[in-house]
Amino acid sequence: MKLYCLSGHPTLPCNVLKFKSTTIMLDCGLDMTSTLNFLPLPLVQSPRLSNLPGWSLKDGNAFLDKELKECSGHVFVDSVPEFCLPETELIDLSTVDVILISNYHCMMALPYITEHTGFTGTVYATEPTVQIGRLLMEELVNFIERVPKAQSASLWKNKDIQRLLPSPLKDAVEVSTWRRCYTMQEVNSALSKIQLVGYSQKIELFGAVQVTPLSSGYALGSSNWIIQSHYEKVSYVSGSSLLTTHPQPMDQASLKNSDVLVLTGLTQIPTANPDGMVGEFCSNLALTVRNGGNVLVPCYPSGVIYDLLECLYQYIDSAGLSNIPFYFISPVANSSLEFSQIFAEWLCHNKQTKVYLPEPPFPHAELIQTNKLKHYPSLHGDFSSDFRQPCVVFTGHPSLRFGDVVHFMELWGKSSLNTVIFTEPDFSYLEALAPYQPLAMKCIYCPIDTRLNFIQVSKLLKEVQPLHVVCPEQYTQPPPAQSHRMDLMIDCQPPAMSYRRAEVLALPFKRRYEKIEIMPELADSLVPMEIKPGISLATVSAVLHTKDNKHVLQPPPRPTQPTGGKKRKRASDDIPDCKVLKPLLSGSIPVEQFVQALEKHGFSDVKVEDTAKGHIVLLQEAETLIQIEEDSTHIICDNDEMLRVRLRDLVLKFLQKF
Amino acid sequence: MPEIRVTPLGAGQDVGRSCILVSIGGKNVMLDCGMHMGFNDDRRFPDFSYITRNGRLTDFLDCVIISHFHLDHCGALPYFSEMVGYDGPIYMTHPTQAICPILLEDYRKIAVDKKGEANFFTSQMIKDCMKKVVAVHLHQTVQVDDELEIKAYYAGHVLGAAMFQIKVGSESVVYTGDYNMTPDRHLGAAWIDKCRPNLLITESTYATTIRDSKRCRERDFLKKVHEAVERGGKVLIPVFALGRAQELCILLETFWERMNLKAPIYFSTGLTEKANHYYKLFITWTNQKIRKTFVQRNMFEFKHIKAFDRAFADNPGPMVVFATPGMLHAGQSLQIFRKWAGNEKNMVIMPGYCVQGTVGHKILSGQRKLEMEGRQVLEVKMQVEYMSFSAHADAKGIMQLVGQAEPENVLLVHGEAKKMEFLKQKIEQEFRVSCYMPANGETVTLPTSPSIPVGISLGLLKREMAQGLLPDAKKPRLLHGTLIMKDSNFRLVSSEQALKELGLAEHQLRFTCRVHLHDPRKEQETAMRVYSHLKSVLKEHCVQHLPDGSVTVESILIQAAAHSEDPGTKVLLVSWTYQDEELGSHLTSLLKKGLPQAAS
Repeated sequence: MKLYCLSGHPTLPCNVLKFKSTTIMLDCGLDMTSTLNFLPLPLVQSPRLSNLPGWSLKDGNAFLDKELKECSGHVFVDSVPEFCLPETELIDLSTVDVILISNYHCMMALPYITEHTGFTGTVYATEPTVQIGRLLMEELVNFIERVPKAQSASLWKNKDIQRLLPSPLKDAVEVSTWRRCYTMQEVNSALSKIQLVGYSQKIELFGAVQVTPLSSGYALGSSNWIIQSHYEKVSYVSGSSLLTTHPQPMDQASLKNSDVLVLTGLTQIPTANPDGMVGEFCSNLALTVRNGGNVLVPCYPSGVIYDLLECLYQYIDSAGLSNIPFYFISPVANSSLEFSQIFAEWLCHNKQTKVYLPEPPFPHAELIQTNKLKHYPSLHGDFSSDFRQPCVVFTGHPSLRFGDVVHFMELWGKSSLNTVIFTEPDFSYLEALAPYQPLAMKCIYCPIDTRLNFIQVSKLLKEVQPLHVVCPEQYTQPPPAQSHRMDLMIDCQPPAMSYRRAEVLALPFKRRYEKIEIMPELADSLVPMEIKPGISLATVSAVLHTKDNKHVLQPPPRPTQPTGGKKRKRASDDIPDCKVLKPLLSGSIPVEQFVQALEKHGFSDVKVEDTAKGHIVLLQEAETLIQIEEDSTHIICDNDEMLRVRLRDLVLKFLQKF
Repeated sequence: MPEIRVTPLGAGQDVGRSCILVSIGGKNVMLDCGMHMGFNDDRRFPDFSYITRNGRLTDFLDCVIISHFHLDHCGALPYFSEMVGYDGPIYMTHPTQAICPILLEDYRKIAVDKKGEANFFTSQMIKDCMKKVVAVHLHQTVQVDDELEIKAYYAGHVLGAAMFQIKVGSESVVYTGDYNMTPDRHLGAAWIDKCRPNLLITESTYATTIRDSKRCRERDFLKKVHEAVERGGKVLIPVFALGRAQELCILLETFWERMNLKAPIYFSTGLTEKANHYYKLFITWTNQKIRKTFVQRNMFEFKHIKAFDRAFADNPGPMVVFATPGMLHAGQSLQIFRKWAGNEKNMVIMPGYCVQGTVGHKILSGQRKLEMEGRQVLEVKMQVEYMSFSAHADAKGIMQLVGQAEPENVLLVHGEAKKMEFLKQKIEQEFRVSCYMPANGETVTLPTSPSIPVGISLGLLKREMAQGLLPDAKKPRLLHGTLIMKDSNFRLVSSEQALKELGLAEHQLRFTCRVHLHDPRKEQETAMRVYSHLKSVLKEHCVQHLPDGSVTVESILIQAAAHSEDPGTKVLLVSWTYQDEELGSHLTSLLKKGLPQAAS
């Protein structure tokens, strides 16, 4: 049993598990932090960005100045942004049987895998995961395709050149495998390979393995997965949360008794408390708006935004913000808001109860009805005529490299009245802001990451007690910036096995048993005998049938009576057709009783001699000798089958068969 | 002998008060808990004394499953759980859990407030009853306890309707509830995988009907409504708030849109408006088309259909009104009917089944003079139409489902005895499975023979598999092992391992037989002759001649020795263990026949 680790990003995992005869990909995360190395894609021509100076080597060589631009001491690639794909060389991805998706953030690399590796299997995911995942992909494709960029830089990727570049470009990994965004056509094709599943649904893979999604509490439809056979169990924990936000709570109990627990997707900001961050978010937002400034919230179109809108819904009136317009701009804004209301079954209990009334589960329905929240597909069109300031704008992309957010950064960046509030934890906000420097607007960092922190993890592990824990190497040591914080790492016994990108781990499994079914007719014929109190034995001789990885034991065929054939049988015909296996024997033979039995059965003249290890029983008349020792009996006689069989049966009476 | 027992307490050769008891693998499950529309006395609820005469419901039943929100499937639930007394779990889907209490409350109001019944369940009882409900997702495997699991499949019939698989070990039963095998305008078709249950319990409302295409019925319906409206008439469509009402609304809405019609369409009662809201929030349970387009246009937000006000009934000009209840036995639909019945330009369309005794049943059976309360006689001049829009599977659909699930036995409920008889024969002929149709209180017992799952040690299994995957059918190979049974833990291991685990030593039983052979040659030569003879005869065995002069066949040892008295005779010592007895005794008899004369 092996784990192939294809992604180095702990929250955007991509692992392949070889389990019994199946090859299972666990998640398909796409590392988008690579885009931070690129210049933003402005919706409207930006004089500032297009006038950035080209970068030249220390010796003044400027042959890269078309590809690399400098902004406030940072160097950026001036090209269509590219993403860092999971490793595709470590294992032949066309052999992957199934892909299990745990949440919509962890499926963004799916089109690269399903469309370009020869993959022919099935993808499993819950309905909200698929629907919202589709929205995220649609938004991404839209953001990138609507600003066509002629230039595609590649010179800088040359290994000899890359090492001359300043950090972080110099240290970027696997740049030669970075790829441009997929197309909508590829997205649709990839999504068509998904089969929808529900929590606690048992899905059989080739009769050998069963996989089951469990609620992970992190996002709408987010799941952890159990991969098990009858005797082995792997739990895959990815992006889980124990906080009460909108999704259904995490199912912890079903993770118990795992042989191996693969743990990924922990919080990226272990030191921040999400509740505190939401409070800070609200107060900073109110402060800015009251002073006449605008607030920009770079965000994904689904997820935490639902919780933020809910907080604002409760906060607006008390904070005197009733007249401030809230705008949500995304090509999928409307769909996201609508979809959030129809997944009642995937929501926490409180929200479910609302649907039973029947009322929409999220209060943003009311915000929209009362015109406090307006949504637009982009800033072109209706938005420009409705736009009033000061206002609050929710828009993407959180990397600040593409999407409508780029425009608002350029528009509002020059005034210190305005504030940008970072809530998404996926990108370092300082790196995100780098190409916009110098910046006058205020920057507030309120990362809201509801995923498990290390305290919760250690509680969880104590609770579910896996035999072994496997996790990304980042979790086995404190974060580099807080190397003294020994509490910010996984602490368990035995120590967690760690993995890094492009590594193959052999999982510590000892498979010892397999399920087999005994057919009722065979079961009826078994004769159990009690060997010790509570333990019974039965010897089984049966025919093994194996089909679709399922094993069945059937009763042996009845010996066919030799039909009176005309031809004389040849000697070889007598050879037994099926080798009837004889049981093993155990026990010992009490000599006195054995002799009595012999005499009772008509053997006279029985003599017993003692030897070093036991006895010799002599049947002088029959010229037969029986050596009896503790663990063995040896019958030596003439070639008289009748006699031999009689003696054998007498001996067997004293022994147990296995 | 393990068995599955099924006893309908309701819906046995009947439509109404569905309630079926199933015993499987030592577990007792109650499927549905409905009321009967046709009765107002004790017979309206299933006879729970069948269980209670032997003890409490909670002790007997492991769980209750409700297939959908129609009252003939859940109407007795508060009576059952709160008045008779049941505290175990009740399983149903989310939409059923949401809508069921509303219909129960409606039912209670009509029974208590309108008919003045005493000793009926109260609003509080409905609430308490719903607290015992556990919601299930489609395809989720719900572990009721360690052994009993249930799983819901989409049934299509109404929003949230489900079929249920009940499974204990390797034995299983599927109960369909009510289902529809053809997708309609707002719901998808029922679906189940090839789960091969021991028993499929299916509804059989339309056991003998093979319906014409739905398209024709719809066209007919629209034509009739259109004609009536064109001639300035008023059209009354009595419906139940949930189910067909939404289907017909979508139908009329799209028709009005396409034909650009202006006559108003109204929907009575607030309940229906609320009902539409449920459809919006549970849109994932509707059909694919509605789910796909709901962001652009939610099919349950009607443009042409408006809320009805009592005063509108007297407005001049044409109109279409959907009013509850569906059988014209009380309420708004009956009021409007009385107002409009006298005008031959008007029309009433009954879109579903009507129980005997209701006004709906009377007018459908051709009665045109109705005696109303206060000895008034109402003359019905308006056009009366009947059109079946019930979302039940027809005979073809039922056969299709049986084909999908591949059950070993079929049991029919929720239908009329005569029609069941016909379907039973058809199923038995076509699928060659037994089909049952018990009456209420009658028990069907099916013996089952479940296989027994045990753990086989991988070593033993691999040893067997390594010897070739497909043994010759004529010469099956036998697997030999020892089954260790400790509590409920069954393991099949090799005999050696069993001995080792139990700390027992093996006892070796060995035989050595003397075979006398007339052969004056030297012992070595005799051994050589034995070797070549056996080698030629035993082609399928490994025959070896060892350097020390002995011969082995597999693990059987043959040594040649001189006879102590007769130099012309040699003694062959053939030695084998008990485990090789077959071959050993075969060899001795073979050698006894002597060796063929050497060619030289």
